[in-house]
Amino acid sequence: MAPKSRNLSIVGRGLTNFESIMWVFTRLSALGMYALILFAIIGALIMGARNNMNMADVLRWGFMPNVTHVQSTALEDTTPFATPFWKLVASALLLVATAHGVHGLVVIADDYITGERGRKIVRLLSIVMMVSMSLMGLYIIWTS
Amino acid sequence: MGLKRNVSLGTGLRYKGGGPMLVFVLHRIGGLGMATFVTIHILSSFFGGDIGQFANKIYENWVFQIFVFFFVLFHAINGLRITILDLWPKLIPYQREAIWIEWAVFLPIYALAAFVILRTGLAGG
Repeated sequence: MAPKSRNLSIVGRGLTNFESIMWVFTRLSALGMYALILFAIIGALIMGARNNMNMADVLRWGFMPNVTHVQSTALEDTTPFATPFWKLVASALLLVATAHGVHGLVVIADDYITGERGRKIVRLLSIVMMVSMSLMGLYIIWTS
Repeated sequence: MGLKRNVSLGTGLRYKGGGPMLVFVLHRIGGLGMATFVTIHILSSFFGGDIGQFANKIYENWVFQIFVFFFVLFHAINGLRITILDLWPKLIPYQREAIWIEWAVFLPIYALAAFVILRTGLAGG
């Protein structure tokens, strides 16, 4: 009987190839997104969301803490929501979410596209999509 | 690689996986939906124009929001279950119980949110 994987070192578990590392990344990035979204929601509550934003507004800000997401609310002053600090938080959330999402698309595609050539094309397209979406998202965050 | 499974779509659809299969399918549909939603949202914010305005109009519609909130919340809660079970593999034998807990967390939150969205939507808000 093979030794239980629980007792093996990282290398022993086979976490040496890209797919296994991304398997771990998918789980850890999920926790990371929970942390970032909760952080953004708590931040919004401290910055005046309690009286001037409804639940939908707070969640909208939480899922992407970009200042354009609070401009339609009853907040009198949205400048605290547009600081470089929140742009950094939004950038972190964007990059983590893009990597998580694009890798998820690759995992789904691999279930249906099984040829070697097709999988190569999927990987190439996924890299193009990840880079372009990250750059466009960063541009929107830092210019809004 | 070239992994061949030789399972037709019909056989796949007839597969009776029960609760775990249901959450797997919902997680997958939700992930695909969110990827599409976020991609179009970034593109429409980046390029703007009439098509961008049109996309934003759809996103702000309450009928659309009821669907989006279902899949986002489900993907988030189911993802948390997967993460917890995978990081603590001793819990994997209790997968079915974990899925029941997951529904017990998901349904009240979603029902409350859907009620609020529906009420504001029907009132024309």
